Amino acid sequence: MPDKREKHILITGFGGQGIVMAGDILGKAATLYDHKHATMTQNYGPEARGGACSSQVIISSEEILFPCVEEPEILVCMSQEAYTKNIKSLRPEGTLIWDTDLVRTRKTDAVFKAFNIPATRFAEQLGTKMMANIVMLGFLSAVEPLVHAEALKKAVLESVPAATRDNNLRAFNTGREYGHSILKGLVKPEPGKHQD
Amino acid sequence: MNGDEACCEAALAAGCRFFAGYPITPATEVAESMSRRLPEIGGIYIQMEDEIASMAAILGASWGGVKSMTSTSGPGFSLMMENIGLGICTETPCVVCNVQRAGPSTGLPTLVAQGDMMQARWGSHGHYEIIALSPSSPQEMFDFTIRAFNLSEYYRLPVILLADETIGHMNERVVIPQEEDIEIVNRRKPTVSREDYLPYEADADGIAPMANCGDGYRIHVTGLTHDDRGYPAMDAKAQEKMISRLVDKIRKNRDKIIRTQNLYLDDAEVVVVSYGISARSAMQAVRDARNEGIKAGLIKLDTVWPFPEELIRSVAPRTRAMIMAEINGGQMALELERSAGGACPVSLVSNLGGKILHPGLILNAVAKAATEKP
Repeated sequence: MPDKREKHILITGFGGQGIVMAGDILGKAATLYDHKHATMTQNYGPEARGGACSSQVIISSEEILFPCVEEPEILVCMSQEAYTKNIKSLRPEGTLIWDTDLVRTRKTDAVFKAFNIPATRFAEQLGTKMMANIVMLGFLSAVEPLVHAEALKKAVLESVPAATRDNNLRAFNTGREYGHSILKGLVKPEPGKHQD
Repeated sequence: MNGDEACCEAALAAGCRFFAGYPITPATEVAESMSRRLPEIGGIYIQMEDEIASMAAILGASWGGVKSMTSTSGPGFSLMMENIGLGICTETPCVVCNVQRAGPSTGLPTLVAQGDMMQARWGSHGHYEIIALSPSSPQEMFDFTIRAFNLSEYYRLPVILLADETIGHMNERVVIPQEEDIEIVNRRKPTVSREDYLPYEADADGIAPMANCGDGYRIHVTGLTHDDRGYPAMDAKAQEKMISRLVDKIRKNRDKIIRTQNLYLDDAEVVVVSYGISARSAMQAVRDARNEGIKAGLIKLDTVWPFPEELIRSVAPRTRAMIMAEINGGQMALELERSAGGACPVSLVSNLGGKILHPGLILNAVAKAATEKP
């Protein structure tokens, strides 16, 4: 169903992690600064925090009609529940990205690229775990460049409260540098936690 | 920005300076944006105790001479019904944005539906006409909100913006035109002297010039059936005159009010009719059908009320089948069937709320209709 020119991204976790905001920032980078088409839709429950939450982003060179992401090419998981629920939807040859400390992955025969980053831990080290979503965006920009990194950076800075811009920029760069280090083999990715 | 935020920005651009409401998912972001933006430009935002009071407050503000609106979703929309009727009876311009979620009752607060279509049409008691617009994107949320204000000011009634959760919460690029490129309509003002002014004496087109409170004209506003002076007139004759005018001012201007976006209608054998978020799925299905060699077409209802009967009546006889795609048990499908008048079979593709329609579902129905023997 999805057009070849379209990129489908599913960002998942629980309410309060900035899941929707991450999708919003990615879409902003694509539309406002990279001048592409993008839609972001969200799923969440009635709870303000703690409930399952996802944001679905489509980036395309053409107008997007059906806004749902059914088989993402890129799946970002920031909670165990989100991983368990969505891993089956990841398209073959797609990319799975998860928070090292929050998700135990399962051994699978499916073929996809896999990256993990302790985004929440890094964010905590930078002062607040609220920025885990921005660390994750920085990481995403390195391992799966969907939009120009500068566009994404601009979108981050535009979306966060003015007083927190420097910190968020640090968070973004932390994620991005970690991603580059892994790609270059400078850092050995943490083994991650597996389910038996 | 998302659809709710686009609605707020459009309202401000249209001249809205008063918002009264009560937060409710998935319309909260309209109120939230209004609470932030209105004070910046000298407007007033009030969070009311409930939706009954919210609707009453925007009617009052409108009579005070200020363009006003409220936003809500299912449960709140139900509470607004009585005062929407008051707005119709007193011919009060205002805009009511209903970002639909799945009902009845509390239903699915965070999930999409299009189940309030008939409620928007007939939810208040008595016989009347209404105008309702249904946007399919945040951009249309912006454009249609402006149009809703313009129509409400011109035809003097509450105009309903029938959005849905997906459109309200969907983020897309919204282009806001330059101020001078936005068409703004303001209510017709009296041209006669104070002595000669009758608040409900209509011009030839059925629309009465409106003096605001404080303009110096003598006005009287009541929900009772009234005469041209606005005074209660309790008999069948006054009722006939007043209701006929309220109905005719909309019905006789259908061609100006109704807007649709038509795709491939010239040679379409199967026509899908849809609106709001469902129209995007329908458009995808129609394009996919064309790619498969099926002559499919689309009528996207930008104006859902009044329903485009004439268009359907002209298209139905040269069509093999028509399909309504909507997220309810079949509400506008009934209107489609009525308007098609038996000239072609009409079917429904729907779900009962909680998710949007998959284009594949509509495509299957189109393919089936295209091959079925007439």
